Amino acid sequence: MADLPPPVQGPTAKEKKYDRQLRLWGPTGQRALEESHILLVNSGPGVVGIETLKNLVLPGVGYFTIQDSAVVSEADLGVNFFLEERHLGGSRAEHTCNLLKELNPDVQGDFITEPVESFLAKPDSLKPYTLVIVAAPIRPELLAKISAYASANSVQLFYIHSVGFYSHFSIHLPPSFPIVDTHPDPETTTDLRLLKPWAELIMFAEEKTKSLDTMASDDHGHVPYVCLLLHYLEVWKKDHDGQQPRTYKEKTEFRDMVKKAARTDNPEGGEENYDEAVAAVLKSLNPPEPSGAVKELFKDPECLLLKDDASSFWIIAHAVSLFYTKYGVLPLPGSVPDMKARSSDYIQLQNVYKSKARKDLAEVLDSVRFLERNINRSTPIEEKDVEAFCKNAAHIKLVRGRPFQVVQAGETLKWGDTAKSLAQNLTFQDSLIPLYIAFLAFDEFTAMHDKDALGGTPRAPGETNPEVDTEKMTGIAFKIMDDLIKEAGTFIEDPDYSEAKTWVGEYVQELVRAGGAELHNIATLTGGLVSQEVIKVMTEQYVPVDNTCIFDGVKSKTGVFRV
Amino acid sequence: MDEAPAASLPNGSDGQRTRWKYLDNILNRLGPFTDPDWEHGEAAIEGLSRAKILVIGAGGLGCEILKSLALSGFQDIHVIDMDTIDVSNLNRQFLFRQADVGKYKAEVAANFVEKRVKGAKITPYCGKIQDKDEEYYMQFAIIVCGLDSIEARRWINATLVGMVDEQNPDSMKPLIDGGTEGFKGQARVIFPTMTSCIECQLDMHAPRAAVPLCTLATIPRQPQHCIEWAHIIAWEEERKDITLDNDDPEHITWLYQKALKRAQEFNIPGVTYSMTQGVVKNIIPAIASTNAIVAASCCNEAFKLATNTNPFLGFPETDNYMMYTGDESIYTYTFQHMKKSDCPVCGDDSIARPLQIDSNFTLQEFLDSLAERPESQLKKPTIRTEEKSLYYQFPPDLRQQTQPNLSKKIYELVENGEEVAITDPAFPLQFKYKLIFKD
Repeated sequence: MADLPPPVQGPTAKEKKYDRQLRLWGPTGQRALEESHILLVNSGPGVVGIETLKNLVLPGVGYFTIQDSAVVSEADLGVNFFLEERHLGGSRAEHTCNLLKELNPDVQGDFITEPVESFLAKPDSLKPYTLVIVAAPIRPELLAKISAYASANSVQLFYIHSVGFYSHFSIHLPPSFPIVDTHPDPETTTDLRLLKPWAELIMFAEEKTKSLDTMASDDHGHVPYVCLLLHYLEVWKKDHDGQQPRTYKEKTEFRDMVKKAARTDNPEGGEENYDEAVAAVLKSLNPPEPSGAVKELFKDPECLLLKDDASSFWIIAHAVSLFYTKYGVLPLPGSVPDMKARSSDYIQLQNVYKSKARKDLAEVLDSVRFLERNINRSTPIEEKDVEAFCKNAAHIKLVRGRPFQVVQAGETLKWGDTAKSLAQNLTFQDSLIPLYIAFLAFDEFTAMHDKDALGGTPRAPGETNPEVDTEKMTGIAFKIMDDLIKEAGTFIEDPDYSEAKTWVGEYVQELVRAGGAELHNIATLTGGLVSQEVIKVMTEQYVPVDNTCIFDGVKSKTGVFRV
Repeated sequence: MDEAPAASLPNGSDGQRTRWKYLDNILNRLGPFTDPDWEHGEAAIEGLSRAKILVIGAGGLGCEILKSLALSGFQDIHVIDMDTIDVSNLNRQFLFRQADVGKYKAEVAANFVEKRVKGAKITPYCGKIQDKDEEYYMQFAIIVCGLDSIEARRWINATLVGMVDEQNPDSMKPLIDGGTEGFKGQARVIFPTMTSCIECQLDMHAPRAAVPLCTLATIPRQPQHCIEWAHIIAWEEERKDITLDNDDPEHITWLYQKALKRAQEFNIPGVTYSMTQGVVKNIIPAIASTNAIVAASCCNEAFKLATNTNPFLGFPETDNYMMYTGDESIYTYTFQHMKKSDCPVCGDDSIARPLQIDSNFTLQEFLDSLAERPESQLKKPTIRTEEKSLYYQFPPDLRQQTQPNLSKKIYELVENGEEVAITDPAFPLQFKYKLIFKD
């Protein structure tokens, strides 16, 4: 009986349904998704928000609510997939909500048909939601109100435009939004510490390369390349005053030395483990320096001086920075890539790395417990969180969220610390900042025009008279551009300045051509982008856009920048 | 209850194009990037509603493509897919419900979209693309592919390139192809014979390297090695008479238990049921978001191509490929992939593509390597030089005759620089290579 494997727990129905996504964000990501409640504030043709929700309902977001006061019209049926003929004249919020709910019985959905003005006027109207998505057009004072709420309550806010062939979205995240599980590419992130080996690793390598020259050929061809490199580094040091190869030239010399040491008098004419060693020289023989972003993190005031209510992230970050100060390296991640080796040698090598990683983790954990006592934290941080931090320490990302631009009719926009870089990038070929400026002009135009001239529903440029609206909106866009250049304190010379103006003018013209219309393809594509970012933000995995993304469906290009 | 309109008219209950109000803004107006001579308005609308378009694949991409084409004003849409619906499709293939599991994808998808978008006619075919001949493909104006198989893409690509008749401009069918993997994907537009084709771009999609058999058999190190061992070796040894069915839970469970036991013998941690399934079925992660992005990009290009409402990807000498990455922020790279003159499909017939090989390889080893090499990816090659037949997969008597060559070294069979012709039952053409000895 003893060698019978344990009985198999096949996957549950839920695991089967979500199999293809669980392979990306795992059960913790899935749980985060299921605990979210998303509000969509919908308006205009209203497609991009619904397409976004579609991609969130399918993977199983917990709860969604659609606020939309529009009544289903003929035009909706030509662009929105989640409405049918029998819904004509009914509430768009209600019917889109119901058809979306059909996609996944595990998801709860709700709708609000009340106009956005009165909905927002109620106290605590936004309280139930963890994340809010606003689809343009919306009156600027209402957007400003939601934005202020997001700032005060650390709620994540997305603002989307989808107009004709173009789209834009901006994300307003809390000022400190850390991501531990960034899913870096495993190929580029292996950390073997070959230039800073520890006693156990040195011992292991020495043992495996003891009689390298006299080894039987089968043994020689199975020495793990990590051991080979450590061995030849020792040989190199003897001839180089105890120095490791540092420069590119030295490394290529070292690589040639390893290459020459391979045995070629065999039927294959070479050895795979030596090939692997040679291939690893340039990428593995680097001092294990943390990235600029991680060093930056350690210098952050929130990390240096832990507040009494510091979050787990900052407490662990502080503990890891103590480790870094003491040893000059980050805790060892502990994973070893696959390599030509005998099974038992490889498992031993894995264990050498794993035990060192566990030792480093224990030390960081001690510091965490000490810090917790210092700030009188009542609930201890879970060990698995500290472990995840140590494993990913080199690739941790901190996004500094901030409010995006909210245009107010007739007011000059303030760009602050992003003015310089935006103004500089304005004139780059393929820059999409001119298109962002056109979208800001779109918002200012709609803020100044409403359908009934009573301050109600905004009117999009080009709905009825494209020529007149193009002229007006171009004027607005040029002013936004000039104000930006002025605030940046730079001067853009011709022909660059005229060229940037031409681009802005063309983008305005193409936006006005749509007359506020959504094209289904662009709404779908943008809904894909936004839902992907919502998932990243909700699961706190991967790296979200910081903080503005533009899609140009004429050239089929995206651009990302910070405003 | 809502009151139903008097009649179900495709354009709107009043018979006017009120339903297409948004689309018509674009179709009726010139823009800064449209050709000044572009026939906008009536002519563009007419062209769009008449264009017959083929969608290959009704899976994650296909569902999105069908929906987006119907809502872009295409009214004569055909769709081909041979698959049936599985429960693991439901997290993204939004035209299918739990009750549809087991039914044909093409049929369910076509019915759903036809019902939802009035006026769109969608004709499904539940079968293989290889069932159809040139005459069938000739009826379409544009072909959009949402496939997960490289082999099927190469087949349709080769077929469309082969159909081009210089005397007949209608024989050139633009091919728009989308693909995704997790948070990544691509959309590309191909004008067969005029611009870079799928075969020219083959090395952009290199297959995953297979683990050597000796590693599986004697020195496993990773949990995946134990699973592959159970899959390739143990099953063959112990359950030879049962055909392995990747979708049979009993079979996967058997492999999982075998793999787990082997892993325990070698002290290798990490074998799970989910990993077993992933390795055996070669599962690629897939989510709704990426499918939406890539499919919509394909449909955006199809719409621009059919209407000239704006410049499209793929016009000769311009960008034809958009690469998308969404795991770290959002990044796209849109560029012109250059046509290759030695492309075995669309290149000059007289040029053989150079292939570096180790002349110490046996013919068998060389043929095995063709499956993995990014620039060939051929699984069942038949090979001959101008003078002699080196190895034939069929018919059986030719195979028997050429079998002894498999264990011979390459240098015993061909000269350095000699040309060989390779055919594979998966493709309707022959590949010409010039073998260059590495040593």
